[in-house]
Amino acid sequence: MALLQRVAEQGRRVVRFTLDGRPVEALEGDTVMTAMLTNGERLRRTEFADSPRAGFCMMGACQDCWVRTEEGERLRACGTFIADGMRLLSGGEWTS
Amino acid sequence: MSEVLPPVIVGAGPAGIRAAERLVAAGLRPVVVDEAARWGGQIYRQPPDGGFTRPKTALYGFEAGKADAVHRAMAAIRDRIDYRPRTLVWNCEDGALDLLCDGASETLPFSHMILATGATDRVLPFPGWTLPGVFTLGGSQVALKFQGCAVGRRVAFLGTGPLLYLVAYQYLKAGVEVAGVFDTTPFAAQARATTGMLRDPATLAKGLLFVGWLRAHGVPIHNGIRPVRAEGTERVEALVWRDARGQERRTGCDAVAFGLGLRSETQLADLAGCRFRFDEADRAWLPERDGAGRSSVPGVYLAGDGSGISGADAAELAGERAALGLLEDLGRPVDGKRVKELDGRLARIAAFRRSLSAAFPFPADWADAIADDTMICRCEGVTAGAVREIARSGQAREMNRAKALTRAGMGRCQGRMCSATTAELLSRTLGTGPDGVGRLRAQPPIKPLPVSAGAERREVA
Repeated sequence: MALLQRVAEQGRRVVRFTLDGRPVEALEGDTVMTAMLTNGERLRRTEFADSPRAGFCMMGACQDCWVRTEEGERLRACGTFIADGMRLLSGGEWTS
Repeated sequence: MSEVLPPVIVGAGPAGIRAAERLVAAGLRPVVVDEAARWGGQIYRQPPDGGFTRPKTALYGFEAGKADAVHRAMAAIRDRIDYRPRTLVWNCEDGALDLLCDGASETLPFSHMILATGATDRVLPFPGWTLPGVFTLGGSQVALKFQGCAVGRRVAFLGTGPLLYLVAYQYLKAGVEVAGVFDTTPFAAQARATTGMLRDPATLAKGLLFVGWLRAHGVPIHNGIRPVRAEGTERVEALVWRDARGQERRTGCDAVAFGLGLRSETQLADLAGCRFRFDEADRAWLPERDGAGRSSVPGVYLAGDGSGISGADAAELAGERAALGLLEDLGRPVDGKRVKELDGRLARIAAFRRSLSAAFPFPADWADAIADDTMICRCEGVTAGAVREIARSGQAREMNRAKALTRAGMGRCQGRMCSATTAELLSRTLGTGPDGVGRLRAQPPIKPLPVSAGAERREVA
C-alpha cells in the first residue's frame, strides 16, 4: 500500500516509470520520493540495520532518501523530479 | 585587484529575496544562489513548474498575501540579479564559494556575502522514529504544499512549537484525518505564556484559531506528553505515548509528523569563519551577528532563521536590514529612517519570540528517557548508549571527540538530525549545561556530492 496519499493536484500529466521492475505511474512534477511512495512503502533499506526507510525531512537536509536506479545512479529522492522511463529500485542504495 | 565583485546572497527565501531587492534598489546586481528550483524558501516554497493549480490561498492560508508579496518581489528583480537556482553551495573557503549546479561545479569569489540559509526541524529520537511514515513536521508540510500529498491517511502530530498546530490544521483543512496533536508542553506552561504573546495579537489569534478549529473537528489535543515509541515493522501502525499523568496510551495511525521547533542551518557561516555563541533561547550555537546582521567576519552578513530562529516575518526584515548594513559598509548612502523602522520592528518580533519559546519550551528531560538501544543517528545507526558510554568513561567531553569515537555526526547529514541529541546526551551525562559540550565543526562538502564534482574544481590540498 502507498505511504503518501494524494489529496490535491491530481490533474497533471501521467509519467511512467518502473519500481523494482514493476511498471507504475506518477504525475509530472512529482519528486522521485513522491513517485515511489505513492506506489510503495519505502525508498530503500539501510545498509547498517536492513531496516526500511522512507525519507524524513523532505527538504534536502537529512540525506535519508538516497535511492538507486537500475543503471547504478544514485539520486536524492526528495530533490529529484521523476521522469518518463526511470528505473528505480527500493532495495537499497548499495545492493540491487 | 581593481575588479569589483558583486555581492552574493545564499538562499532565496524571505530573507534572501528582501536582501536582493534592497541591493538591486541601490543599483547593485547581486548573485542569488539557491538550492531549490524555484524561489520562496521552505516557508513560501512554490510548487514545481507544470500542472499545479492550487491558488496561493490554498497553499499558504493566512500567509498567502505575504507569500505572494515575497514571490512578486523576486519576480520583479529577476532580470537585475544573477539568479542561480538548483545550485548547492557546498563549501566556503578563502573568500570563495564552491557551487554545484546540475552536475557542473564552479568557484564563486566574493567580497560581500549575505547568508540566508534557513532552518530545518529540530528533532530528538524515540524508538521507531526511523520507520516509514515518520516524517518531520516541516517535511509533512512540504509534502502537502509542494506535492499535494499527505504523509498518511491518519496522521498523528507530535512535538512542540507553532508548526505543530499549523501543520495539523493544514492537514485537517486538506481533508486528512488527524489522529491527534501530541504536544510535549504542559498545558499550564502554554496558558501562562499566552500573556506575553499578546504583544502580537494577530499571531496569537491565528494560533488560537488553529487550536479551536482542531477541537471543533473532534481532534484530541494532548498536552504534557512524551512519546514512548512508534509501532510497526515495515511502516508506522501506531504511536504509543505517555500522558501528562504518566499513563501509557496507544493511538492508531499510519503516519507521525514530528518536530521540536527549528534548528538553524549554520554550516556555511562556520566555514566562513564566523564566531559562534551559545544562544539560550534556541539552545544552540549560533553565529554572532550585530543588529544589522554583520557577523564577526568583515563582509559576511547573516539574515533569517539560518542564524537564529525568529520566523518568516523577521526574516524579511532581517534580509533587508543586512543589505542596508552591507551597503553602509560599501560606503553607500542608506536611508536612516528605514534602518530605524526595521530595527524597531525586529526588536518587537524578538520580544514576541521570547514568549513563543516559553509557550513551546524544548523538552529538556526527553534526552534522559532515551533508552540506550535507541538509534540516535539515522545515517550510521549510532545508539544513545554509545554516546553515553564515551561520556561516562571520560573519552569525550565535547561534540567533535564524540563524533570521532562514535560516528554520531559523521554521516551524510553531517549531524543535522542528530547533533541536538548528541549535545543533550553528552551534556546530561557529564552534568554540564547544554552549552558545555561545544559544537560540531562544519566540514566541506556540507552536503553529499559526486566525487567527480569535487575533483574537477580547484586542487584539493
